[in-house]
Amino acid sequence: MGEAIVITSGKGGVGKTTTTANIGAGLAQAGSKVALIDADIGLRNLDVVMGLENRIVYDLVDVVEGFAKLRHALIKDKRFENLQLLPAAQTRDKTAVSPEQMKDLVETMKEEFDYVLIDSPAGIEQGFKNAVAGADKALVVATPEVSSVRDADRIIGLLEAYEKHKPYLIINRIRPAMVKRGDMMDIDDMIEILAIELIGVVPEDEAIVISTNRGEPAVMNPNSRAGEAYRQITRRLRGEEVPFPKLEEESSLFGRIRRMMGLKG
Amino acid sequence: MFDLFARVFGREDASKDVAKERLRLVLMHDRGSLSPQALEDLKNDLLTVISKYLDIDQEGFQVDFSRHEESMALVANIPIKRRRG
Repeated sequence: MGEAIVITSGKGGVGKTTTTANIGAGLAQAGSKVALIDADIGLRNLDVVMGLENRIVYDLVDVVEGFAKLRHALIKDKRFENLQLLPAAQTRDKTAVSPEQMKDLVETMKEEFDYVLIDSPAGIEQGFKNAVAGADKALVVATPEVSSVRDADRIIGLLEAYEKHKPYLIINRIRPAMVKRGDMMDIDDMIEILAIELIGVVPEDEAIVISTNRGEPAVMNPNSRAGEAYRQITRRLRGEEVPFPKLEEESSLFGRIRRMMGLKG
Repeated sequence: MFDLFARVFGREDASKDVAKERLRLVLMHDRGSLSPQALEDLKNDLLTVISKYLDIDQEGFQVDFSRHEESMALVANIPIKRRRG
């Protein structure tokens, strides 16, 4: 029996979909059997971030309505044989699916997969309720900005009301140089405010934009700092004890040269 | 550079401290599910009730949330001019 994990945030644009894609690819790379569900009905994007947009035949709503079988709707990722995606419907809206239907679907998928990752839409309404309905665990993505932290706090409150979800924090797009000069909240500030357990810290990284352009998750890129952060999250999810490395500034010429030469910076 | 200079000489807070302080206040309202408007109403109601018994210095009257470790308290500071009657 696998585990269902919802990736959520409240605020839009903080990196939920990128996080889902990278953790999914990371878990598959590490040998787990993984299914990704895009629960953002009407605004699907996990397919393009994963580079699988040309292979969609059926979607989540087709499966829930019994129009297609689950195994026909799941898209196999050719790069990782044990990674599959269930895309969202693009021409429907969130009301096309109920939390009960989502719960049943996720239960069924947990029988076949080690991890079922659910990419939640922004907001706190039905799309969010659908996304969390079948989840055992929640990863809350927040950037070190007031609006994102405020919305994350709201989401954490709602998740705690459901009780069965223990929320974990992913701090996304942190900029070490700004933290150093006191112009960005640091890891301790975020934990102090949100009061939940930390599971990952992902630095701002141009490699994310590039990898999204190409539809190849950054976790596949051994030289990306964000990719490395996602690999660490993956290992923590698989139960490994991975210490949180100190935030390092990427400014030294030497560091950049080392990176260009493909050495780990 | 000027920012840094100003900060070294204590003329400006690091902006992350401003962010934290603003968040602290806004989250207290969010978590207590009391909007700034509701807090203002509460303040006015308190003022009305207490004024029946005491002569209050309305200028110095303050009501706000305060956090101690894990718990939250509503703290009112009510300067009294003199007893009524």
